[in-house]
Amino acid sequence: MLQPWAIALVSLAYLGALFGIAYWADKRADAGRSVIANPLVYALSLSVYATSWTFYGSVGRAASDGVGFLPIYIGPMLAAILFWVVLRKIVRISKANRITSIADFVGSRYGKSGLLAGLVTVIAVVGIVPYISLQLKAVSASFGLLTRYPDVATPAHATVPILADNAFWVAIVLAAFAILFGARHLDAAERHEGLVAAIAFESLVKLAAFLAVGVFVTFGVFGGFGDLFGHAAASARIAPLLTPFGKVSYADWTWLVALSMLAVVFLPRQFQVAVVENVDEDHLRQASWMFPTYLLAINLFVLPIAVAGLIRFSAGGVDADTFVLALPMAEGHQWLALFVFIGGLSAATGMVIVETVALSTMVSNDLVMPLLLRYGALGVSRRADLSSFLLAIRRGAIVAVLLLGYGYFRFAGEAYALVAIGLISFAAVAQFAPVILGGLYWKGGTRAGALAGLAAGFAVWLYTLLLPSLARSGWIAPSFVEQGPWGVAWLKPYALFGLAGLDTITHSLLLSLLANAGAYVLVSVLGRPGPVEQAQAVAFVDAMRRDAGPIRVWRGETTVEELRVLLGRFLGRARADDALAEYARGRGVSPDALAAEPGLVEHAERSLAGAIGSASARVMVASVVREEALGLEQVMDILDETSQVIAYSRELEDKKRALEAATAELRAANERLRELDRMKDDFVSTVSHELRTPLTSIRAFAEILADNPDTPADKRQKFIGVILKETERLTRLINQILDLAKIESGRAEWHTEALDLGELVREAEGATDALFREKSVRLSTEVAAGLPKVDADRDRLMQVMLNLLSNSVKFCEPETGLVRVRVACEPGRVRVDVVDNGVGVAPEHHERIFEKFRQVGDTLTDRPQGTGLGLPISRQIVRHLGGELWVESEAGRGATFSFTLPTTGSGRREA
Amino acid sequence: MRDPSTVRARLVALFLLGAVLFGYPLLAVFNLPGTVFGVPVLYAYLFAAWAALVALVAMVVRGD
Amino acid sequence: MSKRVLIADDEANIVASLEFLMEQAGFEVRVATNGREALEVAQSFVPDLVLLDVMMPEKNGYEVCQSLRQNAALAQVKIVMLSAKGRDIEVAKGLELGADAYVTKPFSTRDLVAKVREMLGA
Repeated sequence: MLQPWAIALVSLAYLGALFGIAYWADKRADAGRSVIANPLVYALSLSVYATSWTFYGSVGRAASDGVGFLPIYIGPMLAAILFWVVLRKIVRISKANRITSIADFVGSRYGKSGLLAGLVTVIAVVGIVPYISLQLKAVSASFGLLTRYPDVATPAHATVPILADNAFWVAIVLAAFAILFGARHLDAAERHEGLVAAIAFESLVKLAAFLAVGVFVTFGVFGGFGDLFGHAAASARIAPLLTPFGKVSYADWTWLVALSMLAVVFLPRQFQVAVVENVDEDHLRQASWMFPTYLLAINLFVLPIAVAGLIRFSAGGVDADTFVLALPMAEGHQWLALFVFIGGLSAATGMVIVETVALSTMVSNDLVMPLLLRYGALGVSRRADLSSFLLAIRRGAIVAVLLLGYGYFRFAGEAYALVAIGLISFAAVAQFAPVILGGLYWKGGTRAGALAGLAAGFAVWLYTLLLPSLARSGWIAPSFVEQGPWGVAWLKPYALFGLAGLDTITHSLLLSLLANAGAYVLVSVLGRPGPVEQAQAVAFVDAMRRDAGPIRVWRGETTVEELRVLLGRFLGRARADDALAEYARGRGVSPDALAAEPGLVEHAERSLAGAIGSASARVMVASVVREEALGLEQVMDILDETSQVIAYSRELEDKKRALEAATAELRAANERLRELDRMKDDFVSTVSHELRTPLTSIRAFAEILADNPDTPADKRQKFIGVILKETERLTRLINQILDLAKIESGRAEWHTEALDLGELVREAEGATDALFREKSVRLSTEVAAGLPKVDADRDRLMQVMLNLLSNSVKFCEPETGLVRVRVACEPGRVRVDVVDNGVGVAPEHHERIFEKFRQVGDTLTDRPQGTGLGLPISRQIVRHLGGELWVESEAGRGATFSFTLPTTGSGRREA
Repeated sequence: MRDPSTVRARLVALFLLGAVLFGYPLLAVFNLPGTVFGVPVLYAYLFAAWAALVALVAMVVRGD
Repeated sequence: MSKRVLIADDEANIVASLEFLMEQAGFEVRVATNGREALEVAQSFVPDLVLLDVMMPEKNGYEVCQSLRQNAALAQVKIVMLSAKGRDIEVAKGLELGADAYVTKPFSTRDLVAKVREMLGA
């Protein structure tokens, strides 16, 4: 029944079914009804992590190390807990930058470096080759085993010519399917909905198959866990497996957990399904627990099956790696065996297809295209339609990788158990961890640092794992491993620098990561990042904080047509139009109305990155935009523009401040106006007070006289006298107020003429003579000779002189009082001083006495007669005539009132 | 969705818990011969802890 | 016993007229010409009523009014404020500070005497 051709037929049928699912999913996606926009599908697609290593190899490992097979699943489980934190950041960045592979991610982070992306690609390809070979080994071994049914024995290793080697044909078939699944056409975003759907399905198949055989063995062959493990415990050979630590070191366990934590994200296939194919960030939330649940389920029966196998095949002769298949066969269940085989096939094909698609993307975008563009081979830059060319490169890469995998299998694969081979690959992709994790969280990581780190780590990995693996299989002399190259002991690959006693994987991991991280940090810190690197560093590390997309560092000119042609060359005409239309939609304009603005260029670059990688896309767009690499000059120009913008904004700031200052001024002016208004109010109130006070006396005495006709005559005289005096006072006051108001409002009449001040002064003295004699105050006058004339209003000026003279008399003591009047000439003006030796005016009152109604004299017992308006009016008059009136005095030391007037024709007068 | 930074903090805490549960000290503790319901102690512990941790994660990220 | 009236105003003529009127009305009269003096005399004289001018030197009428009201011994004294300032706020302020009446100058002598008589219940 289980003839080779039958098995082959079933296998092909299964693969065909898988393809059918993929095709259907693709069609649904095109119609806009995607089947994979579902967290469950996403989590299942992540389970492509479980390959035939899980399916077969785990059991093999468990058979020798007990639960020592488990660390590489615990790692992913722990990593899954942090999906929502770390992986989400990676996904977000990748979406924003249209990143299509892990090489793209690294290259993009470190300044869109093509060189770095290329290095990552090389490491990925070399590192994954062993892993692929392990799949081939598993499929061919299981195929070989199955065909021997009902015999259950691992075939002895025999060197078979290539064309007769099952593994070779498996490789060819897988290559064909990989191309069918992943390289049918170019997608700008590198999304393969069909592929994801198929992978999800095959995850279910392999889980089902494994659970089936697990249940069968545990409950079918034995009587349940208790029975199974009871038998195991009874056997001295098997019992130690149940408490393995002692054989398996804790250090190794820990390292493997750590290693697999990295692998579950950084394996190219994992990056592809987890990041590139991710449809919705939110799926990561559910995946954090769904994925570990899957891993739990698929590992549940590993140890039971291993133990059962050891019990059943205690005579040996059956490779533990094949227990999963051998057990159902040994019990005569051929259908189950077939199902298991399909499960294993499923596991292997899932891995191979996704891995090779991911690798081929990297190879074409980050290795081949940049080289071709740089060296202009095949007239690439001039070809009009490159899309089919790109596709051919992709397909070629798939085939090449598979053939490399087969090659490794043939030359080195036989010597190792499956798990050991797989771990070699894990250690290779672990080299991506420092540069990626560093790139996500440390802005200081530079391109040079990343190159140094990757190169160092890769070199150590090559030396400590890959080369020795070839030695084991006889392709390099064994002495290389045992004694070190040229007999140099401390260069022994498994004990470099004398670091012996460690598991080979642990040893390699330790040294390679040390070299990697060390070089990365050291070189980064010692160097300076370029402008694009810095921009990308910020964009990546701050990705979760910002909503913005990549920074625009574009400057150049191009036309929409040129961009369309460029896109068309790589994406094909139809998809190019689609990309432009998408951008137009985003801007709300019709596609015909598009202008070649930086945003469009960015968009074009991103769309192109999907097809040829971001580094190459940058180069291509740069060539179209009439610019080579973004050199320092261009960046300076851009910075110039930016600094201009900054300058404008600073101007705006200044204007704003000026505006604020103006507003403040306005507010102050308003305040002042209000003040003035208040002062006016106060003035009116004060004036009315001043007017009413004499009125009060007048009225009061008038009424008294009226009501008391028989008042004694002397009293009557007195009262009438008061009335008269107060009337005079009132009149004087009213006159002065009106006078002042007229002068201040500019409505007074001025009759100016050329005057001789000396003459005027003498006249004023004459008028006040009576005052002086009355109080016995002496008056002396000094008038300088040859005084120039001044332009003034005679009456007003007289008013001033009279005011000053009467004031001086007022404040002098009788008998001792002396008033001196000096009239002198100064450059351009004439000066008059009225000096008295009276009580003086304290400095703090110097300005107050010129205020309306203010009268200095609180300290006097006598309330001075007067209106309090004399000096203000005098000052107004003097000022109006173009001069100034002021006082110099100290309390108790007399006062000097001085005023100046401009001479005719010299000064200017107030209007 | 609960406050994101709380979720993040809890996830980190669970991660550390996992590191401890599956790390050296606790593993040594459970590395005993004998069985629990017929299942070897270490084996049972590992899978039980696994299931518990996953359940906790599911609760934390559910949030709503 | 005749009622006592204190007159506080810095204008001599007004004081003279008020003094005449109050004496004619039969009250015992004392005079003060500034705020400080007004408080001192009030302390010693203990008048029944004060005719209080607002605009006075040393302490103005408002301050005197406040001080009088704060003094327990003089809390019952009737206070009539006199002022040429007759704006509403000024009137309100005076009444708020405890004046019993506020009269604007120029006043009617007849009205004033009548009011004083009424307030002193004489």
